[in-house]
Amino acid sequence: MNAIGSRSRVEGREKVTGEARYAVEHPVPGAAYAWVVQSTVAKGEITAFDTADAEALPGVLTVLTPDNAPELAPVSDGELAVLQGRKVSYRGQIVAAVVAETLETAREAARLVRVTYAARRHDVRLTPDHPGRYTPDEAEDGPWQARQGDPEDAFRAAPVRIDCTFTTPAEHNNPMEPHATLAAWDGDALTVHDSNQGPSTVRSTLAKVFELDPARVRVISPHIGGGFGSKGTPRPNVVLAAMAARAVGRPVKLAFTRRQMYALTGYRSPTVQRVRLGAAEDGRLTTIIHESFEQSSTVREFAEESTTPTRVMYRAPNRRTAYHLTRLDVPSTSWMRAPGDAPGMFALESAMDELAVVLGLDPIELRVRNEPDGHPEDGRPFSSRNLVACLREGAARFGWSDRDPTPGVRRVGRRLVGTGVAAATYPVLRSPAQATARANADGSYTVRIAAIDLGTGARTALGLIAAETLKADPAQVTVEIGDSDLPRAGLAGGSAGTAGWGTAVVRACEALLSKLNGHVPPEGVEAAADTTEEVKGQGDEYARHSFGAHFAEVEVDVDTGEIRVPRMLGVFATGRIVNAKAARSQFLGGMIMGLGMALMEESVLDEAFGDHLTADLAQYHIPANADVRDLDAVWLDEHDPHVNPMGTKGIGEIGIVGAAAAITNAVHHATGVRFRTLPLTPPRVLPEL
Amino acid sequence: MDGVDTSITLTVNGREHRLRIDVRSSLLDVLREDLGLTGSKKGCDQGQCGACTVLLDGRRANACLALAVAQDGAEVTTVEGLADGDALSPLQRAFIERDAFQCGYCTPGQLCSATGMLEEAARGWPSAVTGDLTADPDLDETEIRERMSGNLCRCGAYEGIVAAVKEARA
Ligand code: FES
Ligand code: FES
Repeated sequence: MNAIGSRSRVEGREKVTGEARYAVEHPVPGAAYAWVVQSTVAKGEITAFDTADAEALPGVLTVLTPDNAPELAPVSDGELAVLQGRKVSYRGQIVAAVVAETLETAREAARLVRVTYAARRHDVRLTPDHPGRYTPDEAEDGPWQARQGDPEDAFRAAPVRIDCTFTTPAEHNNPMEPHATLAAWDGDALTVHDSNQGPSTVRSTLAKVFELDPARVRVISPHIGGGFGSKGTPRPNVVLAAMAARAVGRPVKLAFTRRQMYALTGYRSPTVQRVRLGAAEDGRLTTIIHESFEQSSTVREFAEESTTPTRVMYRAPNRRTAYHLTRLDVPSTSWMRAPGDAPGMFALESAMDELAVVLGLDPIELRVRNEPDGHPEDGRPFSSRNLVACLREGAARFGWSDRDPTPGVRRVGRRLVGTGVAAATYPVLRSPAQATARANADGSYTVRIAAIDLGTGARTALGLIAAETLKADPAQVTVEIGDSDLPRAGLAGGSAGTAGWGTAVVRACEALLSKLNGHVPPEGVEAAADTTEEVKGQGDEYARHSFGAHFAEVEVDVDTGEIRVPRMLGVFATGRIVNAKAARSQFLGGMIMGLGMALMEESVLDEAFGDHLTADLAQYHIPANADVRDLDAVWLDEHDPHVNPMGTKGIGEIGIVGAAAAITNAVHHATGVRFRTLPLTPPRVLPEL
Repeated sequence: MDGVDTSITLTVNGREHRLRIDVRSSLLDVLREDLGLTGSKKGCDQGQCGACTVLLDGRRANACLALAVAQDGAEVTTVEGLADGDALSPLQRAFIERDAFQCGYCTPGQLCSATGMLEEAARGWPSAVTGDLTADPDLDETEIRERMSGNLCRCGAYEGIVAAVKEARA
């Protein structure tokens, strides 16, 4: 399939030999170890600390509490105000930390810290009609609410109506590498080896929190063990490690444990979503109303913008989308792969399937009939939109035309079999960046940018982009990333990393080419680029989005309620692909996370204690090797001249968007039962069969 | 050291180490913190993810669940010991070629696990999906998936892992 190239990852050898060093693995002599103490109540005040036993333990260097912790400069993310007061805002919040000579001692001493609380009654239950519910003023992605025509009247008047409520659970990102930082001070200069999605961002945050000149802060992150959004904002670990290192005058390693991550590193909000669709008898939508109810902690406002994708999907003259938040005494919600889009498209694409069933219309045909000419709200042209082509291509590959739409009639032994389809979308985003490109005297090139590799293969991708611009062999290009001392760049997030970094790399390489005259002096030739103007100057004359289609086959065991997915296909229209090899892996990875979302991932809140019960990988299930069978991801050859110089659209997230709906729609086809609450675990499924 | 110390001997990747260790230390922490062998990863520290998988006296084991003090005299192979000098093992080569990882954090565990698994299959050990328990197991995709399911990969590189194991075995 078409792509700039198809290369194995350039850091592959380091990763298969164990040489690749992640955050706290960087060798530093004399490092001490920190361990956090977490609150055991969800709301209240700390009335007393007893740290005597912990401090008496040989090898303990210090116990940090709000009483002795240094004052930090306030930043907008309340999660970073580590140990700045005695108020407790959720269960699992950091209330103290121990620093000791060894990991074992730090851990034991943390257990010996006694904290007394004046607990207050907490409120952790999300309901759509919660009295504290409000509509956020602004979110990262545009207005919170969009309304056109008269959606409610149109709904009442519609000949065919769907009105359903979908519930999705809290989900935890669970990157395999827990959040971790190794911090060291040299006078007032701070160096951290940290696991994050953007070293430039971590640097500016640390500079603010500790009131340092950003030039005195360095963030080194050559390899990251996954993030999926949870490392997109600096987390308490990086602040606390720096604070602890300063307190003991030594380098400090702080790695959260898997269990600690469930309170401290963010998660996807649970959602309750009501979708109303009104249609004519021929399936043309007259109205779309999508509302979502979600939670946020009291520490940090974050909106899971679940209704945003609905704004770009289907044509309807009357439409309304809105999401509402309730601040609860829960750990802070944050980005998880395709925030908003993943749960939102589960709801919308399930509702579309329900409509297709009511109309007796093929679900692909229903979507084709509602394909808009331009942006459904304002008619702006799409820079490129190939949803229909994805659906058609997928139908041909998957063998959709043979499908008997009758639900609940295919049985093989104990298993009911069915197939389902759902659409996918994700916005095309980009942030400004700087980069340098250098021609070396030996004929090689060096590209430098503070990008980061979460597992996306950023080094390899940027090398391919640079080589294409320079008309060089990719093997001649070395890409340096993962260090805040490199030219400043944006996050690996919002599927925008390669687009933003790639733009800067292309511009730096172009600038280099214009400087080269065939001869490279011994000291080399370097050129730099800054895309701030270019990125800010991009107008919104086009709506820029990726599209895709998911197909799934399921088998539902009628005796156990267990669902297996023997086949899944994703077809994507995401502009130009950079590295075919890694792109396929990334699409598949997203689809597998979508499989987890459909069938197993659920963070169960314990209302009595106020935090998540399922706080480890034995209870929070993610797909294992045997859960994944025949999986395929392909892409269309899409050319989009209106996105960025590479023509790429971003591929990190669209793989999860819509994947769960394809599976649950297939479950309906298999069983005739519509499940509107995720995930579809045997206890939920079996009683309905 | 601050807890109760003791001495053990460990042979790691063919090299013998006399170590003074804290009796509370896991084998994983001794490898990572005392020996600087950080190839073995800590994904959960409680036996649920497989990132810490090493070969312990030839069999795959979760190093986070093994108390180091109980391993006196043991032979340990970590990911750092899989290659023969500069020559990668067939599995390591196949992992790169088949894109069997993204972030790479589960990869050392996957590699040690696959190395041990191939040995188990070669000895005729059955798995939960083996049909005929008396015949030599046929390592098809279903068998590989089942036998590799103790190693979680959040990036979802399973397809590549299965392909790499098949290729390395061929
Ligand atoms: S770290 Fe040992 S199994 Fe997860
Ligand atoms: S490669 Fe990232 S967890 Fe497996």
